[in-house]
Amino acid sequence: MTEFFKTILPPVIANSPILDILVIIIKVFIVVNFAMINGMYLSYVERKVIGHMQVRLGPMRTGPHGILQPIADGIKLFFKEDIIPANADKPIFFIAPVISLTAALATLAVIPFWEDFIIADINIGILYILALSSLGAYGIILAGWASNSKYSFLGGLRSSAQVLSYEIAMGLSLVGVMLLAGSANLLDIVKAQENMPFGMYLFVQPIGFFVFFMAALAETNRAPFDLPEAESELVAGYFVEYSGMRFALFYAAEYIGMVLMSFLAAICFLGGWKGPDFWFFSKVPPVIWLLIKVYAFIFFYLWIRATLPRYRYDQLMGLGWKLFIPLTLANILITGLVKLLIET
Amino acid sequence: MTEYYIPSNYLPVLILLIFSVFTGVSVLVFGYFVRPKRSYPEKLTPYESGIPPVGEPRYRFSVRFYIIAMLFVIFDVEAVFLYPWAVAYNKIGLYGFIEMVIFIFILLVGYIYAWKKDALTWE
Repeated sequence: MTEFFKTILPPVIANSPILDILVIIIKVFIVVNFAMINGMYLSYVERKVIGHMQVRLGPMRTGPHGILQPIADGIKLFFKEDIIPANADKPIFFIAPVISLTAALATLAVIPFWEDFIIADINIGILYILALSSLGAYGIILAGWASNSKYSFLGGLRSSAQVLSYEIAMGLSLVGVMLLAGSANLLDIVKAQENMPFGMYLFVQPIGFFVFFMAALAETNRAPFDLPEAESELVAGYFVEYSGMRFALFYAAEYIGMVLMSFLAAICFLGGWKGPDFWFFSKVPPVIWLLIKVYAFIFFYLWIRATLPRYRYDQLMGLGWKLFIPLTLANILITGLVKLLIET
Repeated sequence: MTEYYIPSNYLPVLILLIFSVFTGVSVLVFGYFVRPKRSYPEKLTPYESGIPPVGEPRYRFSVRFYIIAMLFVIFDVEAVFLYPWAVAYNKIGLYGFIEMVIFIFILLVGYIYAWKKDALTWE
């Protein structure tokens, strides 16, 4: 993109740092809008997919097949009254949804869409993603605390304990990928997968993939680990007291988190933007391959939600601590040993 | 003249952070101008299944959450040690592998201790 601007802009600007900053801003703008639109339409796709799985139609009224539903929802939420519960901790109450959204959006900085399109090419990609998804826990716990409601307080505690527990399993499951690739940069990880069977780490890291996928479900508070918003017991968990646009920010953060986890899974385990290299498949642009993989993952998320019942809280914590952590530690040691044996 | 390290690779991250805070805040500010403001005391009471709230909402909670938070710190720091090891594994080879086996073994002892003390069981 920089080359293109150099040809159309006067040389005074083209040779100064302003151009670089301009390019960064355009990239950031594209990525943020991509994420927001994905988050918006994911709510529609979710209702539609689950509706059809349960032999219903899903939203049908707004536009053909309800295609304008997210826009109608957005307008509705803008005009909703903003209710701040009495005795709420106001500054914290205001700041919590913004923290959630910022943590979700800022993670997109290190996601490569294809070889040349990445906002920040830094060498600690995975570490950065894990750090920011930990920050998301602040949004949850602050919202639960500030609302001054028993339901949101309990929901916030449970949700943050869940997110923290599964964060470890997720971090450890990605160590296997880093071991094989020898880098934490997502670009390098995709390049390193080229000489693997089918160009994917999925087949050499099945345990890591399994644990990562389960932990990603729990991290984004999705079914079957959607205890934080267990409708039947905690009404909506930590954001019971939020209404209107603040509520929408939490929701957007959750859906963007889902998109992000799907991106991470597609990049770390499914070979990123690389597709099969024969016939007309090799002519498909790389970003299309990446998006196909990402949306396949998202569909899987929704499928799981429509199929599996919710876990009980003690089962959830037991699964995270007693199964996933030993499993990932064993995976790390086995991967290290095998790599050592192959290379010497 | 002293040389300063300028983390120029991280400038896009900073811009994205500013941009995402701006997105969140601007949505809320726009909502502030268009939404109705008609509140009365009953509307502002915290949700409690339709009855007036009883007692303090921020009451004492189970100590298990605290234990989980402590264990999280231990294991997360461990994970942070594993990342640089994994990235540098090509260069350190067998030596690095044996060291990491010892490291994970020490951690495993603590893990089994926590398990035996029922810190990982939720009842």
